[in-house]
Amino acid sequence: MKSLEIAFFVLSALMTLGGGIITVGSRRPIRSAMGLLVTIFGIAGCYLLLSAQFLAAVQIIVYAGAVVVLFIFVVMLLGSAATSPPDARSAVPRYVGASVFLASGIAAFVLVVRAAIDPSETLPVLGEGFGTIEGVGHEIFTTKLIPFELTGALLLVAVVGALAVARGKHPDPTGQLDPDPGAGKEPTS
Amino acid sequence: MSAVPIPYFLMLAAALFATGAVGFLLRRNLLVILMSIELMLNSVNLTLVAFNRMHGGDQNGQILAFFVIAIAAAEAAVGLAIVLAFFRLRGSVRSDEANTLRN
Repeated sequence: MKSLEIAFFVLSALMTLGGGIITVGSRRPIRSAMGLLVTIFGIAGCYLLLSAQFLAAVQIIVYAGAVVVLFIFVVMLLGSAATSPPDARSAVPRYVGASVFLASGIAAFVLVVRAAIDPSETLPVLGEGFGTIEGVGHEIFTTKLIPFELTGALLLVAVVGALAVARGKHPDPTGQLDPDPGAGKEPTS
Repeated sequence: MSAVPIPYFLMLAAALFATGAVGFLLRRNLLVILMSIELMLNSVNLTLVAFNRMHGGDQNGQILAFFVIAIAAAEAAVGLAIVLAFFRLRGSVRSDEANTLRN
């Protein structure tokens, strides 16, 4: 039983990290989206190990079912323009910044490692319904009701905002290239 | 239950966050930048859930992760709408084409 859990964790961790590296490193955005999908399933596996069954289900439904599909939709909509050609311009500052973040990530990793991993450390015994739909739902709909309703309002605003931004001002369904939209128009007085 | 020590999850989250941050800074494709943001949000969620498991008493960490998931979905929708608008303006999704304010 224990070794089964460890094997499941190793599988989830490999999926998470491998998917993340594919997401970041792949040249084509469609492969990045697939890497993101793999990462999401790996994280859902970790949630299961941490007794967060409800969150694992939400993770798969929301991320794999909505967010990644949205990404793939946009990649397909953009077509070949989604793959940007490589060039070396302004590469140095980006590499410097990225290595700073990589170094801080390694530092965080080392700090966690040094903070005494004690495998014999016993975790607290969980109460009834920890992480299940009943437990989380009961808490959301009693003590966290106002943030929950505010989240609904935020989602509504986000949908309206996304529609308003994506539709644009001028009807241009063909996506014709218009590098300088102000140039051709006569000034309106 | 839970044969895997909690710090392993924290290490995994740190590595995933570093991956996302490096991708955010290194890549110039706006779509990949948005995906890197999703990676970082996911790693933070993993940290929240892991600490919640360590604490055990209530489920505040899981509920916070739930709200983060909702906000990440909203962020992805708005971000992709902005990418579409940017593509309509410039015909490309490279982030260094966004230099209208500079010129």
